[in-house]
Amino acid sequence: MDNQTKQTVAQIPLLTVKAGPRDGDQWIERLKEEYQALIGYVEINKKADNDWFTIESNPMGTRWQGKCWYIYNFKKYEFDLEFDMPVTYPETAPELAIPELEGKTEKMYRGGKICLTVHFKPLWARNVPHFGIAHALALGLAPWLAAEVPHLVDNGMIKHHEDK
Amino acid sequence: MAQPYREKIDKMSSEVVDSNPYSRLMALKKMGIVNNYEDIKNQSVIIVGLGGIGSVAAEMLTRCGVGKLLLFDYDTVEIANMNRLFFRPDQAGLSKTKAAEQTLQHINPDVSFETYNYNITTIDSFEHFKSRIEKGGIVPDTPVSLVLGCVDNFEARTAINQACLELNRSWMESGVSENAISGHIQFIVPGETACFQCVPPLIVASGIDERTLKREGVCAASLPTTMGIVAGMLIQNTLKYLLKFGEVSYLLGYNALLDYFPKDNIKPNPECSNSICVKQQKAYQEYLKSLPPPVAVVQEPQTKPSTENEWGIELVEDEQPTTATSTKPSNTQFEYTYEKKPTVQVNEETKVKVNESSLEDLMAQLKGLKK
Ligand SMILES: [Zn+2]
Repeated sequence: MDNQTKQTVAQIPLLTVKAGPRDGDQWIERLKEEYQALIGYVEINKKADNDWFTIESNPMGTRWQGKCWYIYNFKKYEFDLEFDMPVTYPETAPELAIPELEGKTEKMYRGGKICLTVHFKPLWARNVPHFGIAHALALGLAPWLAAEVPHLVDNGMIKHHEDK
Repeated sequence: MAQPYREKIDKMSSEVVDSNPYSRLMALKKMGIVNNYEDIKNQSVIIVGLGGIGSVAAEMLTRCGVGKLLLFDYDTVEIANMNRLFFRPDQAGLSKTKAAEQTLQHINPDVSFETYNYNITTIDSFEHFKSRIEKGGIVPDTPVSLVLGCVDNFEARTAINQACLELNRSWMESGVSENAISGHIQFIVPGETACFQCVPPLIVASGIDERTLKREGVCAASLPTTMGIVAGMLIQNTLKYLLKFGEVSYLLGYNALLDYFPKDNIKPNPECSNSICVKQQKAYQEYLKSLPPPVAVVQEPQTKPSTENEWGIELVEDEQPTTATSTKPSNTQFEYTYEKKPTVQVNEETKVKVNESSLEDLMAQLKGLKK
């Protein structure tokens, strides 16, 4: 993991409620923590002039949707992002998906789920229940975009909307 | 669908004629290996995941004449799967569950099937999945005989573990490493053995430095050989468990590079992160206490006759019903995939501060940050 990522992650607030989407009121408490941590993370990004995603959930917090983007060669590449909260959350991390890139890169599982580095899952597992969605985005999706978008652009697999 | 090539068979026969699909299986009975082979017709098995292990496992059970199979998978057959066994190129595009049912039903019309094309880790599917474990047996509304985990990811394994702990049902987990050169099976009995979450996931030591593995560009490698071998290990253990012959393995590994098959038992972890596991452990300890005091067991001398005991009789005292001795693998051929120790410290400074805002307020606040 690069130092930039490490530093950013260290600033994201840690969560404390160990509850998943089947845990009723406790889940609402967890969701509040999730939203608070996400708000904190977005603010950190904005301050660093590095806003790179938007995210929101359905009222029960079981399904999440948003957008994420990456700047490469002064051009912004934006994608739809989605994931379901697994029943075993937060014991297991959510499986982040960018369906529109399915079939364009090998670093992806069926359904456009991104293939995380070997470091991500152990790191998540060791810190249950303190990592949340904000951590999954920072540790999982951000490095993935940084590695894959340049590759996809250079290989002509994706085009900037102005170049289409 | 193709016409069935034979009528259904009500009663398995051991008659050796070319037209009897069960004669070689029933021969196990004649030879005294399995005394109740036809009991297989009363067994129902859930298979979660129809990849390189699960699909082959399903075919093995079908050919063995299992009573019922319940198949779960949300993928479709792809040409990229053709390096593995079972699925055929002309099935590309079909859901794996439907494609498997077609093939298997044709091979053995006596097996009944239920197939579900969904991801068990989502909220709605999970409840349904649980209800099939609880009610999907051969007699309606009775539990299935066994659940087999043949999935390729941590999320789905954890979901199966959760369901089986909640329902107090035994299951077998299986897996092949991402580099395709090792695999394992694990028999999990809630409260009695380590559950999937008691310890970090185990892998068979490969004898090669993981750091030298080239991982660029692909998520995982796969070999039909490794997966076929692990499927064989899994169904062998399943048959032994269902038909009560031989010794059921709790943890059995396969190292392809060295052709080594390590075996072990892992005790449940009293500090397991899954609270239901801890509850089941206590219930199991209570159950042990409720058993009548151990009776001295008379054993025949086994390999070498004892010279000190002229009757060749040994008294075995207070034998533990489980042979597991530790929450750590005793065998160095198994390794944890990672340490349990956290990398972060939670304190007032680092912890998230949730104010009095309602969830709706917080949702609106995050939305408001969008430019
Ligand atoms: Zn456990």
